Amino acid sequence: MANMNLYSRGDKIFVITNMVLIGMFAISALYPFIYIASLSFSSGFEARAGRVVLTPVDVTIEAYRYVLSDPQFWISYKNTFIYTIGGTLMSLAFIIPGAYALSRPQLLGRRFWNLTVAFTMWFNAGLIPFFLNMRDLGLLDSYFGIIIGFAVNGFNIILLRNFFESVPQSFEEAARMDGANEFQVLWKVYVPLSKPAIATIALFCIVSRWNGFFWAMVLLQDDDKIPLQVFLRHTIATLSDDQEFGATLFDASYSFETVSAAIIVCSIIPVLTIYPFMQKYFEKGILLGGVKE
Amino acid sequence: MSVPPTDPPSDEGREPADAEEGRSRRVDPVLPTGTAALERTGAPAAAPGASGTLLSTGIGASADDVTPPSRQGVAEGLKWLARHLRREWQLYVLLAPTIIWLLLFLYKPMYGLQVAFKDYSVFRGVAGSPWIGFEHFQTLFASDQFLRALKNTVIISFYSLLIGFPVPILLALMFNEVLNQTYKRFSQTVVYLPHFISSVIIAGIVITAFSPSAGVINTMLGWFGIDPIYFLTKPEWFRPIFVGTGIWQEAGFQSIVYLAAISGVSPTLYESAVIDGASRWQMMWKVTIPSILPTIIIMLIIRIGNILEVSFEMVILLYQPATYETADVVNTFIYRQGIQAGQYDFAAAAGLFNAVVAFVLVVAANSISKRYSRTSLW
Repeated sequence: MANMNLYSRGDKIFVITNMVLIGMFAISALYPFIYIASLSFSSGFEARAGRVVLTPVDVTIEAYRYVLSDPQFWISYKNTFIYTIGGTLMSLAFIIPGAYALSRPQLLGRRFWNLTVAFTMWFNAGLIPFFLNMRDLGLLDSYFGIIIGFAVNGFNIILLRNFFESVPQSFEEAARMDGANEFQVLWKVYVPLSKPAIATIALFCIVSRWNGFFWAMVLLQDDDKIPLQVFLRHTIATLSDDQEFGATLFDASYSFETVSAAIIVCSIIPVLTIYPFMQKYFEKGILLGGVKE
Repeated sequence: MSVPPTDPPSDEGREPADAEEGRSRRVDPVLPTGTAALERTGAPAAAPGASGTLLSTGIGASADDVTPPSRQGVAEGLKWLARHLRREWQLYVLLAPTIIWLLLFLYKPMYGLQVAFKDYSVFRGVAGSPWIGFEHFQTLFASDQFLRALKNTVIISFYSLLIGFPVPILLALMFNEVLNQTYKRFSQTVVYLPHFISSVIIAGIVITAFSPSAGVINTMLGWFGIDPIYFLTKPEWFRPIFVGTGIWQEAGFQSIVYLAAISGVSPTLYESAVIDGASRWQMMWKVTIPSILPTIIIMLIIRIGNILEVSFEMVILLYQPATYETADVVNTFIYRQGIQAGQYDFAAAAGLFNAVVAFVLVVAANSISKRYSRTSLW
């Protein structure tokens, strides 16, 4: 903070107050996660009594033992991986070629096709017609239904199309001279040049797939197919109704609160793992797709 | 005949997306007479294929690669089209999966919206069920529950806007004033994080933290001698908790847009302010805020346009019958009536109403933003 000497006394007060306020914002963003982590490592008895505020009280891993020994936890964890990986690859398989075609000036009716994509961002039929359509297509209660049913998203197509349009023509000319066709130009020129944009979209897809809850809850009935988020919801809903859970034991080693917290921690860890890699991309990504169609 | 660019199709959303396309429309002679009329009636959802390609011929075409036919009639035009497709078929192969997906998963449900005007029966299907006109809409507007949901949607959105809108701006201004880059980077990373956490987890945290016996909120209230409150069963507490949670989750992430606007402010403005002896506080008020005002206005208009968009997933996770009176929003109403209770036609009517009003609001917001600034969503 050597350069603070350049500023007047009033500026110093301003800068320091600002840093303190920012720190408070950061703490309030972080605290709930610390609280949940501490809760997950506390004994059920102490958690029930509301004695966990910042750090674990009466440290134990019983809650984790309970969660990790539940076969349903592992089934839904596996399912979430299937939906996340399958769904993201499916999205890219649609979005990359589609965005490329829309970015080509020689595409006939380009404005019409772009509008066909953009219109879905402003108007959608809503929950019920979408649900009835999925049922009519026979996609209820199926892995494939979840993976294909949410593959395309107008925002992502337009984001990538904008990026493709910003690639200078000169890059593809050499390939064209060698007689490359559209597929080759896309695959050998545009995809390698657009890695940051594609990574941004892939990360958006991964996060939304990992976090996806509502449609998985509505479309999937079979416990063998539900993702982690639905499992977490079921657990919180059923355990919170069952007030006796864990409390019947004299010194309950786990309780509804600590078990919920343990599942939350387990499902947050993968997000936290990729988060540092994501930050590089998402700031750019928002701005790339944000302003113009 | 050429289509005058100043005569856009009736639908607001169909205006030329950018100036370049507008220009090419003027220059390119369009196929046969009557194409313009065809294009005007062509709904965005029109089926693709030969007719779909034909009716928008020449509109997105650029001069160098496409040589459109002059006015030599339909036969010549078709010949040209065949030549074009022979040369450029690969593009259409690349585009087809996306368009087919959109038709199958987003446009087909729009056709399915007709159940809102029908007495839907599962056995007869969407097309086979008898028409009953506006009966569902009459029931809807006579329903206290629907009117309550509509009222709650607007109230919750209004509070989110009133309290939540300034926070990201404030955060961006504050981040901008942090001199230590490591500190800035770290606090940004932390503040963006909640955006990436699923609503189920956020709701799980809220339910746990606000629990009457174990929750940390009641523990802290206990330090001040306040008796435990069962927050999530109290209708008067739902909105503050919901709005607060939304701000906690999204404010950091939303500040990115304003930070980008701030980074676009010309450094010369600050330099001359320094020469004039301005303090940092004055520079924030006299330089930074006026410079990002257009961005603020656009974001405000967009938010107002999305006033019917309440994250109903979070409502489903946090509300319970005891709090319906302040918590039930239109989409949760649709979810309960339609998917849970199976009244598909009635719930679809509520959804159609919601979608149409939302569409009108978004289009209106966009055209206002277009008029008062050069930026718009499309």
